[in-house]
Amino acid sequence: MKNSLVRQALMLWLPLVATYVIVLLLVQANIIDAYMQVTLATICINIVLAASLNLITGFTGQFSLGHAGFMAIGAYSTALVSMRWDSVFGFLGGLLLGGVLAALVGFLIGLPTLRLRGDYIAIATLGMAEIIRILLQNFEFTNGAAGLSPVPQYMDWTWFFILTVGSVMLISNFIRSRQGRDAIAVREDEIAAESIGVNTTRSKVLAFAIGAFFGGIAGGMYASYFYVIKPEQFGFLKSVDILVIVVLGGLGSLSGSVIAAFLLAIISTLLQPFPGVRMILYALLLIIIMIFRPQGLLGNRELSLRLLPRFGRRREAAASGTEEA
Amino acid sequence: MKRILTGLAAATVGLAMLAGCSGGGNGQAQAPAGDTINIGVNFELSGDVATYGQANVQGIEMAAEEINAAGGVDGKQINLIKYDTKSDTAEATTLATKLMTQDKVVAVIGPATSGATKATLPVAGQNKIPVISPSATADDVTVDDKGVKEYAFRTCYSDSFQGTAAAEYAVKKFSAKKAVILRDSSNDYSKGLADAFRTTFTEGGGEIVSEDAYAKAADNFNAVMTKFKGQEFDVIYLPGYYTEAGKAIKQARDLGITQPILGGDGFDSPVLGEQAGAQLKDVYFTNHYSSEDQDPKVQEFITAFKAKHNTDPNAFNALGYDTMKFVADAVGRASEQTGEGVQKALAETKDFEGVTGTFSVDENHNAVKAVVFVGYDQGGALVSEKG
Repeated sequence: MKNSLVRQALMLWLPLVATYVIVLLLVQANIIDAYMQVTLATICINIVLAASLNLITGFTGQFSLGHAGFMAIGAYSTALVSMRWDSVFGFLGGLLLGGVLAALVGFLIGLPTLRLRGDYIAIATLGMAEIIRILLQNFEFTNGAAGLSPVPQYMDWTWFFILTVGSVMLISNFIRSRQGRDAIAVREDEIAAESIGVNTTRSKVLAFAIGAFFGGIAGGMYASYFYVIKPEQFGFLKSVDILVIVVLGGLGSLSGSVIAAFLLAIISTLLQPFPGVRMILYALLLIIIMIFRPQGLLGNRELSLRLLPRFGRRREAAASGTEEA
Repeated sequence: MKRILTGLAAATVGLAMLAGCSGGGNGQAQAPAGDTINIGVNFELSGDVATYGQANVQGIEMAAEEINAAGGVDGKQINLIKYDTKSDTAEATTLATKLMTQDKVVAVIGPATSGATKATLPVAGQNKIPVISPSATADDVTVDDKGVKEYAFRTCYSDSFQGTAAAEYAVKKFSAKKAVILRDSSNDYSKGLADAFRTTFTEGGGEIVSEDAYAKAADNFNAVMTKFKGQEFDVIYLPGYYTEAGKAIKQARDLGITQPILGGDGFDSPVLGEQAGAQLKDVYFTNHYSSEDQDPKVQEFITAFKAKHNTDPNAFNALGYDTMKFVADAVGRASEQTGEGVQKALAETKDFEGVTGTFSVDENHNAVKAVVFVGYDQGGALVSEKG
């Protein structure tokens, strides 16, 4: 038992720490240059956005079109607090505040709407995101349509690594917890879940609020890296962009979201030399992928290093099987 | 539930495709052999504000072709490296980084809008490569409370300059004492113009009788125009974009409001006339250039542009064209062909003759030039005068 715990820890932490150190060294050696760093930053932000939306849409089965709204709350909180207190504590405080505020809004919106079944939630979340965007556009303290700039830049590879890995791990642990299993039960069959004693509204609201929290964190990461935030950046299309990553990776697969975030960034980068037809090719590729993998790249399976020993065991079993025969 | 989700997923991908399809145009210019000067072109070629980006790029490419046909700069050909920001500010930062660190450009032209331009400036400062926007008009693009941004330039004037010019014009031409303002609450451009107009107009002894705002894509202005009609005023200031302004003008005139209507460069589109129809009378706006200008340089540009694109150039085309020539001029004068060298040369520009007027770069890196007033008189005929 102890042995397997150690092994598990090694399986999880060793590759993570190794990734962190290797990338850090490559950044310092300038092998990962400024341009690749920006791309990496976009990938990290997209991973957190997609993982948190996947919790709501993929695992709990609630179709949300308002993730950009949570992102906006996180981005504005981080920007406003870190512009006032220009220190790493201001940044972290703003980030946390953004996450909490987003979760609170998610909770307040979720409480009435998540009692309903079906796709009402899609319309309600769409409305919520639009309300948030228009409020930001009209408030004096958010500087209206011009938005906020310059937002001090605190995000670097270390913070990106900590926040991205931390968010994905927390979401993944939630999914494996009792509440997470409840949420999956709600997705599979709400009536059946209710009949075995799952408080469906509570499960949905909880998953929604946690997803909103990490959506807010991702917004804060964005604000503290890209200098300028404007209400129009957090429109409906941003929500759709996030949803594309989730659907492409597979609804109900966190590792799928991570892989899709990387894949889309790579496709986008490779298409940059063709400015005129870039978005057409991008859309075509999405269509082709969806035709051949309608369930997304990974469906609802997970890809992890834990699979490696399983493959090994299977081979052993197969080998011993032939011996017996 | 799963089936619904799959259906919605398919719809999502379809939507993303539609959003992406607004792009167009041709691929990237191939690098010609020999010694070249790389200049980055970082514009909104698809997405929300693609009209501005594409118009700017048309002007830039035309200017670059002319320069190259005439032998280039110091015998070197200009090689434009063009990217599409998708109208996304983060993408603008990403691509500016790529242009400056990988493509080794000496200057980046664009993006077209203020927010996106601001998002590329920290990268410009880090890499010491100037960014020149043809149409980022927000006041704080080139200067903020920390002072002038060293590597930021533009070839258009700022919002406050334009709003001030409109207020002065209202007083000078219409002897206006009282004005009403109707602005667009969803963009900072409209707010900037309205603020400057209000300040200048009231400082000159005038009075703003009433002020109202509409949201983007509004199409019913009857309520606000009826409210204005009950009041006494000399001019309406309507700093917005042509889509809404055209409808507002038509509804105001239909209601019998006869006072002159003033606006900004957002009016500069044939759509304004299509929306307002025969009611486009007594409407004047501040602009960067007028196709009515008889200056041979302007007429030559218009003829060449028409031959290439089969339409009259608008202000964005003209600004893009001027920006390319302005950058090439600075590259030619620069002591060394690096970002820093070009930055110095840009800042020292004096009396550069462009189609949008002759301008110098001031200490805040703004192009100082005359405003052109374009308008439709009481008979609906196109008129223009230099301010």
